[in-house]
Amino acid sequence: MSSYTYRHYPYVRPMELEAPGKRQPVVIVGAGIAGPTLALSLASQGVPVVLLDDDDTVSLGSRSICQAKHSLETWDRCGIAQRMVEKGITWEQGEVYLRDKAIYRFNLQPEPGHKFTAFVNLQQYYVEEYLYERCAREPAIDMRHRNKVVAVSSRDDGVTVTVETPDGRYDLEADWLVACDGVRSPIRHLLGLPYPGEVFNDQFLIADIRLKGDLPKERRFWFYPSFHPTNSVLLHRQADDILRVDFQLGRDADAEEEKKPESIDRRLRQMFGPDARWEHEWSSVYTFTCRMMERFVHGRVIFAGDAAHVVSPFGARGGNAAVADADNLAWKLARVVAGKSLPGLLDTYCSERRAAACENIRQSTRSTDFITPKFEAARRFRDATLALAKDFPFARALINSGRLSAPTAHTGSLLDTPDADDDWSGGPTPGRAMIDAPRGDGWLIESLGPDFALLSFDGPIDAADVPVVALECSGLAARRYDAQPGTIYLIRPDRYVAARWRRYDRLTVRAALARATGH
Amino acid sequence: MEGALRRTLNLSQPDEVYNAIVDAHKGLSEEECRTYDARLILLLVNHIGDEEVIREALKAAAKP
Repeated sequence: MSSYTYRHYPYVRPMELEAPGKRQPVVIVGAGIAGPTLALSLASQGVPVVLLDDDDTVSLGSRSICQAKHSLETWDRCGIAQRMVEKGITWEQGEVYLRDKAIYRFNLQPEPGHKFTAFVNLQQYYVEEYLYERCAREPAIDMRHRNKVVAVSSRDDGVTVTVETPDGRYDLEADWLVACDGVRSPIRHLLGLPYPGEVFNDQFLIADIRLKGDLPKERRFWFYPSFHPTNSVLLHRQADDILRVDFQLGRDADAEEEKKPESIDRRLRQMFGPDARWEHEWSSVYTFTCRMMERFVHGRVIFAGDAAHVVSPFGARGGNAAVADADNLAWKLARVVAGKSLPGLLDTYCSERRAAACENIRQSTRSTDFITPKFEAARRFRDATLALAKDFPFARALINSGRLSAPTAHTGSLLDTPDADDDWSGGPTPGRAMIDAPRGDGWLIESLGPDFALLSFDGPIDAADVPVVALECSGLAARRYDAQPGTIYLIRPDRYVAARWRRYDRLTVRAALARATGH
Repeated sequence: MEGALRRTLNLSQPDEVYNAIVDAHKGLSEEECRTYDARLILLLVNHIGDEEVIREALKAAAKP
């Protein structure tokens, strides 16, 4: 059915089957989006990684398709983002329809001057393929397919992982274990940790189809379209002329009936008309849940991605949050492994990324409540908003068909140094993600290394402890950072602002750096 | 208690406005009233624009 050729990545008999191997600083479980992204980031910071996966191929089905700008900037650091841009569908606009009429159009990145656009739609199997290939070229990553974790024993100073392979079982000793093993996380189950949250009963049908023709690039969302008059429909284009059509089916739909190819074809026929021809790629009837672990760090075991938190699909907040988890965790774990920071730094991974997960759940639950109102008054206000949208521009802004993923601010994080100067009138405040801008022949974000950095706007180009990125006090970058001559930003390895000043002062920068690294 | 929400009269012709609201609902079914009210609330809320006022009104309406 699928036009994608699933490669089987080679299983290699692990050496530990013969004799106990050496203790590993970091073992990652799960080769979805979070695991390989974290492995590549750790490797770039000099940490060797063993990456275990129970399978030997990439994601079955397109699953997480909207790759956000911030994720692309992360993947750009290991050199695979350009490939994703070339293969995928670049978009930044969305259209909302009521019945068959467009009532609202939004632009997620109205201003040019960024290396990446708001989103690239690319099937998860391609993302994983590019990640796997990149991991295979990285000497510091030992990626082991068909290596399934069957037992975990966690102590104060490390973890013993029992791994099952086609050739038998072996034990692996690790200082740190990172579980990136998905929403059903076997590690979470092995440790008996709860996964509290909310279950939503509305059913949705995803149909990925290959359809030749003039396909729209932008995201489209319909409320009550004539081809599906009782519910909503979401449309995304993916690579290889594939469309993702997501039909809301309601609570009472018969999933078994809806899954049948003839039922799907009937819905598609109503949508695309009598002359359209398509081939099925993948389909799935799903409901969803919003869940979050109470803590993401349990002693020496750390959870990331869907294993730690999961949201509804409206807003592209699953895969992109997984990448952001990996980004946030990698530099902290690398510092702890190298003895540069105490393990307490990892508590800020939990606090910052739990705050982000709360925000993602809040946003996606609001979208879900708008798309599938839970009670009569909610439906009435939703329909009133849609009815007003045609004539009243304010109501268009209330239409919530998914608020799309953007980097979450961790306001009030212990690692940030709050502004001391009082003449800021713009620019990202401490706790916010840095913003890209043109720099010379390239881009600001791509000129940063894997460590902390100082952005210096016509200020000193030599600083204690931190590499400096020199910028001029004119142009887009200066405007985006509200820069004056001498303005300084301290940027964390995950490209968040840790502190900023109007003047460079060596001791102040050093104090902020100490604070940002948990000292 | 003085909050952001005005508690004293702000209408120059209160009877006119009150009756205009009631009259607008005349002849509407229960169902139509609720639809109409939802639209009316959204229009007014956006016009007011002040979140503090709106939140106080949301509370005040529940417990006059």
